Amino acid sequence: MLFEPTPDTSGYMIAGFIVAFAVMGVYVASMYIRNRNLKQDLNALESLQGEEAKPTKKK
Amino acid sequence: MQPRPLVLKILDIVSVIALGVSTYLALVFAPTELVMGNVQRVFYFHIGTAWVGLLGFLLAALAGVVYLVTKEMKWDRLEVAAVEVSTVFFFITIVLGSIWARPAWNTWWTWDPRLTTAAVTELVYIAYFMLRQGIEDPEKRARFGAVYTLLGGVSAPITFMVIRLFRTIHPVVIGAANANQEKMNMTGDMKIAFFFALFAFTIIFVDLIWHRVRLGGLEEKVEQLKLKVSM
Repeated sequence: MLFEPTPDTSGYMIAGFIVAFAVMGVYVASMYIRNRNLKQDLNALESLQGEEAKPTKKK
Repeated sequence: MQPRPLVLKILDIVSVIALGVSTYLALVFAPTELVMGNVQRVFYFHIGTAWVGLLGFLLAALAGVVYLVTKEMKWDRLEVAAVEVSTVFFFITIVLGSIWARPAWNTWWTWDPRLTTAAVTELVYIAYFMLRQGIEDPEKRARFGAVYTLLGGVSAPITFMVIRLFRTIHPVVIGAANANQEKMNMTGDMKIAFFFALFAFTIIFVDLIWHRVRLGGLEEKVEQLKLKVSM
């Protein structure tokens, strides 16, 4: 035989694509979670600020 | 926080479609490489992520320079976004390269000039976040970050050029290689998959940067409000 047959490296290919999609997925999820947490913090801080402002209004 | 602009919503959809098409081109459309077999298909994502990784590090350096000149925090937000997104993509590049190397070079890792500079670049930008975490004053943090990305930005062209300057086993894909280096030849269909991957990852990169800049704006707002409430 003149040429060697093409090796079966499909397992590595599958592993590569799984890693690529997993890393991208985790990153997008982390961005979503950080965004959600920051919005919750913002709402809490705004309500806290509103409560602090109330007594000064009464005066 | 302002609602997501229409252009960003469209960009989100285009990014998902581009990633899907690029995956199809890499897995189905492109022919199987005869010497390496199917593992060569990760090359399209390897190059696509490497391109946006290095592009982002240069963008961060540029944003750092503009911040140092203007002192406007929006440039610091862009710098952080560019570094963060690029660090993620460059991590994918390194892992995919390692997975490709196992059947191609019979090893997961070797201290070849390209692999070494890529690993150093990644570590430089991981350290960037450690540096930022350690500084509380936002202006000082932005100033230090800008200088750091300016210095760190040097690692991007070094990583790109190292296979053209030194003897290495890493293939040269873009541009002419010297006689000692292996050049990767592609068929027409492979070139379509290759260039589409570059396009797709550029779109995804812009989309993620935009989202990260918006997140940075929200972080800044929360930080300012926390200071205001605690006073």
